[in-house]
Amino acid sequence: MSESKKQRVLKISILRFDPHDPEDFPHMETFEVEEADGMTLFIALNEIREHHDNSLKFDFVCRAGICGSCSMLVNGRPTLACRTLTAKLDEKFTLAPLPLFELIGDLSVYTGKWMRGLNERLETWIHDKEEELNVDKLEEKMEPALADEIYELDRCVECGCCVAGCGTAKMNPYFVGAVGLNKIARYQLDPRDKRSDDDYYELVGNEDGVFGCMTLLGCEDVCPKDLPLQSKIAYLRRMMLKNTL
Amino acid sequence: MKVIYTDVLIIGGGLAGLRVATGIKGRGHDAVVLSLVPPKRSHSAAAQGGMQASLANCKMGEGDNEDVHFSDTIKGSDWGADQEVARMFVHCAPKAIRELAHWGVPWSRVHRGDHAAIINAEKVTITEKDEAHGLITARDFGGTKKWRTCYTSDGTGHSMLFAMDNKAKQEKVEVHERLEAISLIHENGRCYGAVARNLMSGELVAYVSKATTMATGGYGRIYSVSTNAIICQGMGQAIALETGVATLGNMEAIQFHPTAIVPVGILTTEGCRGDGGLLLDKDGYRFMPDYEPDKKELASRDVVSRRMTEHMRKGKGVKSRYGDHLWLDITILGREHIEKNLREVKEICENFLGIDPAVDWIPVRPTQHYSMGGIRTKYTGESQTLKGLYSCGEAACWDLHGFNRLGGNSVSETVVAGMLVAENISDYLDSDESHLTIHTSNIEKFVKIESDKLDALLTKEDGEDAYVLRRRMEEIMMDKVGIFRNGDDLQEAVDELEELCKRSKNIEVFRSKSRAANPALVNAYRTQKMIKVALTVAYGALLRTESRGAHSREDYPERDDANWLKRTITSWPDENQLVPTVSYEEIDISKMELPPGFRGYGKDLTKHHPKTAEREIVVNAVKEKLEAVGESRFEIQNALMPYLDKLPKKYRAINERLGENI
Ligand SMILES: Cc1cc2nc3c(=O)[nH]c(=O)nc-3n(C[C@H](O)[C@H](O)[C@H](O)COP(=O)(O)OP(=O)(O)OC[C@H]3O[C@@H](n4cnc5c(N)ncnc54)[C@H](O)[C@@H]3O)c2cc1C
Ligand code: SF4
Ligand code: SF4
Ligand code: FES
Repeated sequence: MSESKKQRVLKISILRFDPHDPEDFPHMETFEVEEADGMTLFIALNEIREHHDNSLKFDFVCRAGICGSCSMLVNGRPTLACRTLTAKLDEKFTLAPLPLFELIGDLSVYTGKWMRGLNERLETWIHDKEEELNVDKLEEKMEPALADEIYELDRCVECGCCVAGCGTAKMNPYFVGAVGLNKIARYQLDPRDKRSDDDYYELVGNEDGVFGCMTLLGCEDVCPKDLPLQSKIAYLRRMMLKNTL
Repeated sequence: MKVIYTDVLIIGGGLAGLRVATGIKGRGHDAVVLSLVPPKRSHSAAAQGGMQASLANCKMGEGDNEDVHFSDTIKGSDWGADQEVARMFVHCAPKAIRELAHWGVPWSRVHRGDHAAIINAEKVTITEKDEAHGLITARDFGGTKKWRTCYTSDGTGHSMLFAMDNKAKQEKVEVHERLEAISLIHENGRCYGAVARNLMSGELVAYVSKATTMATGGYGRIYSVSTNAIICQGMGQAIALETGVATLGNMEAIQFHPTAIVPVGILTTEGCRGDGGLLLDKDGYRFMPDYEPDKKELASRDVVSRRMTEHMRKGKGVKSRYGDHLWLDITILGREHIEKNLREVKEICENFLGIDPAVDWIPVRPTQHYSMGGIRTKYTGESQTLKGLYSCGEAACWDLHGFNRLGGNSVSETVVAGMLVAENISDYLDSDESHLTIHTSNIEKFVKIESDKLDALLTKEDGEDAYVLRRRMEEIMMDKVGIFRNGDDLQEAVDELEELCKRSKNIEVFRSKSRAANPALVNAYRTQKMIKVALTVAYGALLRTESRGAHSREDYPERDDANWLKRTITSWPDENQLVPTVSYEEIDISKMELPPGFRGYGKDLTKHHPKTAEREIVVNAVKEKLEAVGESRFEIQNALMPYLDKLPKKYRAINERLGENI
């Protein structure tokens, strides 16, 4: 945090396109920003918007790596922009919107809509056939280690990085992605969800699910939450294979 | 003109909004939720610490119950809270957490046997009961007598919000994302929905509803540094204010957190100091013992924040491009402790500062954190003055927090209030009163007003730059309406904000002229609204000549119950006025279960109200009499301040609790 250090001037090339403007077409535009200590892409992009081009579109909400809004390609690699320090990048770098999702404009993509579709399709909620809960009664017990294990998978922030980095998703728009498979693993682990293995098989025991995955593991490399995608996909695959037999 | 009709319009898809929507669907009514962002990205996701509910499962929570939670909440509020509301809240919090457990939140659980913990910087061993094994556990939090803060590892808000959103999906709640409510539709003192702008296409849509709920969260972003998400800009409070009918309560009550990192304002947990971390100044000098010889770094949030500010004002801050800051030193805790017990702090340091907290000091400063004020409502969640407008969560002031909220009480509040408001609205919808009576022509008028305003912003020439006004507003709030306040600074703040308010009528959107997705246009109209919200905060703070909770006046250091045991109510009846209209609502001591007392920090400077002593006598007499004849705590409570009749019938029953009634 010393002040005397000479600051770099960053040259940030951004892939720009406004689909609402009939005259616009995708093009690269480069902005120069003076770097500062502790500068993240959140700060850099806001400086560009405020001082260079106020029409630049991007999505930040929590700016703390928590909400999953700001995923984009940084030098071609999907990641959360808000927790990317410019100090960790070269002086020149490129930013592009996350591929495979609906483009709103510039770096803003509609991952939320894709995720909504996914959640509805996989019914990512607790399926419980019982009567309405009596909220006055003591809660049902759960093994502490199991609760922690469920939480580890529940940490997905639906940022879409794993989808953007996935070869299968590129070829098959119906593929549920690592994010979808992880969700199934999460609910399968949860004793409160009364769905059977057959029910899960119905959902992802096919080419759009676990059998579409080529286990190349681009997903695990880019997941900002370091979810154990590899082992969960392998586990689901084994479980589903057993089911087909 | 596009018009969408629904029974209930819910503005906000955070914890509060989604809980209302789910409850309303459950009662068989229609609901549409509007949200700036996909609901799971709402600010609620950022809560890491936990949710308060007096379950009393873990060892350190033993003996906890609604009474203890109530007393902590009222003391925390510095007696500003509505005690009936606080009672309703503490009674329902266990129900809300059990419901969330049922809906899938993986709450951390009690593990039987021994585990190590650090209390007052000392290692201790705690032994958990067998029969509690597998029930929801809790951790320690500032200002609570018992360990009451339930959590899921380091991601409580995230897990709660995901479970809530998934539940809403199961109930087929309709959510319209990237839609921003920009004004409320109202006629003859009744609210009929909102005009919303599609943030992708720019289209204006009129949502017409029998009831409308504002669950838009807080207004932290009127300050230049805030721990809040960047969308917490007070738009809900602003559009309520702009009706000229709805009122806001206690807007000047703003909480600051001592240790957010510089520059981005992300929170580092209180655990850093709890475990033995130190605060240092530019010379590497540990200054807290000079100010608070007793509690040092571990004094309460507002006290530490004030001391840090004081020290920086003496020129002891570290200069940086982003302003002054101090250091948080946790290197003394050792790498092992940091990597094991402070995992998220380590990640934040790595990802956002590029430093290793086991080696480097962390740059921190006090930062705006929570908005106690909001849309003033009755205990039912309905505006006191605009029928059919409801509000809950951080957006509202039904008044659970008074002048200081306890950590862990706010996510809890969102779900409890959401639960209650859903029932109250459903009752209203079931009554004849709720029929829609507004004319289409009037709806059209509201849309046209907004459309014209947008046109004006886009076509104006030689106008003002919204960014300039907004940055100035943020600075004023930070410098003059911050942690320490005084009459001169506040007067300057109000004067200057008034000037900004005038100038904001003349904002021009430069260059970027699209009516569709256009961040410059969004910034323009939000800046106009934010300045009004800032004025309610600054003006309320100027007029309140006392110190209470987070509102700390250097020129009036004492809490003054004799003159100021009342809520600040602000409104904006004439759109041409430049400062809000202010009135006050008395808080009635003669109805209090817990008469005003001393909060317990520093010296007791309270100027007491004459009625306090009278009420104390009555309360003590009732307690003694009923205790003598062996009445239960429920009966004693009921004799002092009955509240159960204010709750929906389905939530009135007694909570089961280990060691009490099991
Ligand atoms: C860093 C941090 C940590 C915290 N930790 C804790 C904790 O540990 N425990 C605790 O109890 N509390 C904590 N809090 C406070 C707590 O998180 C919030 O008070 C609470 O989550 C607010 O929830 P809400 O539903 O009221 O609002 P939010 O979650 O803020 O949701 C607001 C919603 O309104 C929408 N919206 C806003 N304006 C508009 C508009 N004009 N039109 C349409 N939609 C709109 C947004 O899109 C969003 O969906 C913390 C806060 C911060 C900043
Ligand atoms: S392993 Fe490869 S194919 Fe499978 S989800 Fe991950 S990235 Fe996609
Ligand atoms: S699995 Fe990881 S990369 Fe994929 S959406 Fe979830 S958090 Fe993002
Ligand atoms: S803005 Fe929330 S993760 Fe980046």
